[in-house]
This record gives sequence, structure tokens and C-alpha cells, in this order.
Amino acid sequence: MPKSFKQTPSQTVGPFFAYGLTPRQYGYNFGEIASSQLTKSDTKGERISIIGKLYDGTGTPMANAVIEIWQADSEGNYAPLYTKDKFFGYGRVGTGTDPENRFVIETIKPGRVDDQQAPHIALIIMSRGIMQHVYTRLYFSDEAEANAKDPVLNALPAERKTTLIAERKQNEDRTEYHFDIYMQGENETVFLEF
Amino acid sequence: MKFKSRDRSSHPPYILPPYKSSLTRGPKTEPIIVPQSLTELTGPAYDESIVGELDHDLTRNGQTNGEPIGERLIITGRILDENGDAAANTLVEIWQANAAGRYVHTNDQHDAPLDPNFLGAGRALTDDEGWYKFTTIRPGAYPWGNHYNAWRPTHIHFSLLGPNIMTRLITQMYFEGDPLIPFDPIFAGSPAGAKDRLVAKFSLELTEPGFALAYRFDIVLRGPEATPFEA
Ligand SMILES: [Fe+2]
Repeated sequence: MPKSFKQTPSQTVGPFFAYGLTPRQYGYNFGEIASSQLTKSDTKGERISIIGKLYDGTGTPMANAVIEIWQADSEGNYAPLYTKDKFFGYGRVGTGTDPENRFVIETIKPGRVDDQQAPHIALIIMSRGIMQHVYTRLYFSDEAEANAKDPVLNALPAERKTTLIAERKQNEDRTEYHFDIYMQGENETVFLEF
Repeated sequence: MKFKSRDRSSHPPYILPPYKSSLTRGPKTEPIIVPQSLTELTGPAYDESIVGELDHDLTRNGQTNGEPIGERLIITGRILDENGDAAANTLVEIWQANAAGRYVHTNDQHDAPLDPNFLGAGRALTDDEGWYKFTTIRPGAYPWGNHYNAWRPTHIHFSLLGPNIMTRLITQMYFEGDPLIPFDPIFAGSPAGAKDRLVAKFSLELTEPGFALAYRFDIVLRGPEATPFEA
């Protein structure tokens, strides 16, 4: 069909993705390939919960978005292929099942993937109203030294760097990183292209 | 290795005034371009173990007491990159409305019947030549609240992974000849020369005689830059 191999246009994920992309989370009878629970009982590394909301330009938490993450394991290795028993750093969560429209992801803190970049997690965000998914990254507030040398953070305007840094909080025995994302406005999150 | 960037002449803008919800949801600041690192050059990869026996057959994977209502269709095509090379072992996920234009989703308030034998979700893994194939039911058009008398053309939602996270693509497939296409602000938002790539073409050749008509929908993902220094 395409004689010239030009990119197929992106289109919004729309409001009704749940039974296609996140069926188990939303209670549909269809398997899902990724979820918000990345850790297994024998996963190595520091267990963390990533918690946040995604805000639209009116300051309202978005109730029908999908957040995906891609991250390395605790030793800084990306999984080459999904296998049932091993840690696989791909997560997917819809914002429509939490009463406050938060996303909550149970994972481990990734190791460094090379000797320049600070530990980080890649995020992909899609929603009704978003015509092309956006990319961003999550960095960790307790990695100030590594963050200061990170080439991606250093490519950003100084005043916007903080939009990519998740705040570490200890909640009893749970280690949480809080990371809100703003699609627009004064605190608009930095979105990345590669 | 380096991948080509998202091609602005192929994709719709973030702020697309005729599509109301883009006004408050699309970012207004330009994205920041950063180098491609191992993080971007890797991504989730799956093999056949992730795909169940009926996952590609939407006429069978949602049955509770019989066959779904509607016109059976074959939707098939190749996933390629910008160099024309096949994207093999790529996961293709789809979801759609039923023949009456109704989604199973609880938020879909359209007053049209659900089909107890149709879920509307499927997945498939491309073969070595990038081919995927679904059997489904022709989706119905449905109204939406964007503007007075707004109707989405019949469409199927597609999600693709590709070889790394940069090749991720979420799109929608439309049907050749659908009279609603020219009125749809979401379709219309793509650049003039690119829109036609969203339209599946009827294929008599791929039709399965006595069973189902076929539409062909090829998809092109971002591809690697040429590497002139390699042999
Ligand atoms: Fe739709």
C-alpha cells in the first residue's frame, strides 16, 4: 500500500481504550500484557511506589489517560524480551479506576543504565485529547548528585528541571515517589523528543 | 544506532481547535529534543507466548452464547519502518465499537445495544515479514459530544510497540469510502499529505471467499537512520 514509507499519523487513544489496553485493571475478561504491578515476589531491588496525577490545563486530574513506563532492573539492565518469571520493566496503568484518578505503580528503583545518566524511568502518556503520545522521564529526588550530572536534565532550562524529579516520601514501610504531571500551564511538565 | 525523529509533516498538532478536548490537554510548550540513549533504543518486546489462541479473532474471543452480530471482516496488513523494512514480532493491539457503534466501556453512554458475544479487543504479533491479521466485525459509527451532530467515522483503534519506545504508535484506522471521514476533526487534524495513510483499502484479493471481506491497512513506524559507515 504505501509506496513511500512515511510515518503513519498518530491519533488520540480516545476515551474507550480500557478493554483494549488495560482490561484486567478495569475488570474486563481479557488478558493484559502489562500492568501497574511490575514487582514479583523474588524481584531484586528496592521496592518503590510511584504515585501521581495527570492534570489538564484547567487543573483537573485526567480520568481517562494511560501512563506507560519503561525502566531498567535494579542493576541497570533493560529486559530484552518479556518472560513470565523475570522482572520486565514495562508498566501500563489507566487513571480511571482510582477514586482520585491517581496512577499508582509498584516497581523497583532502577539502576544506572550507563555511567552518565542518573537513574530514571521513561514515561509515555496518552489520553483523549492528546493527538500524539508524549514522552517524559521520572528522576529521583534522593539522587541529587547523579541528577546534577545527567545529560538530559542538563539539557533543560534550569527552572523546569524540577518537573521531572519525583519526591521521595517514606510512608510507614512503603517508599513512595510522588510525581504529578501537568499537560499545560505554569508548571507544565517537560516533554521530550528524541 | 539512531532513529529518525517523529516526522512533523505526518502527525497532527497537539492543539487542534476543532477537537475540543485537545485545547486543554495537548502540551503548549515545545518538547525538548535530547539524545537517544539506551533507554530510548530499547523497549518492551514480546514473543508468541503473550498472544492467546483467539486473541486475533474478535468474532470468537468475546462469545458467551453464540456469534456476534454484524458483518465479518478481515483486517490485515504489514507493519514496516520508514526504510520499508518489516517490523517483525511487533505487538499490535486493537479495540473498536461493535456493529451498532457501541463500546463495551462503561463510560460509553451511546444508546445503542451491546452485543453479549462481542468484546471488541484483540491482539496479534507480526510475523517475519511484518504481517498481522485480525478477524472482526465491521464497527458502527457513533455520535460524540464534540460539536452539534458530531459522529465519528467507523474506525478501529491501533496500538503498536515496534522495536523500541521511540517507535510506539497509537493510531486509528478508517474505512475507504466512509462518508463521515470528511467531517471528522480528529481525522482532519493530520497533515493533508498524510491523512490517506489512515484509511484502510478494500481488498478483493485478501477477501476470504464465502466468509469475510478484507481491508488492508499497512502501518509505517519510525525507522533507523541510514548508517553509511557500516558495510
Ligand atoms: Fe473510537
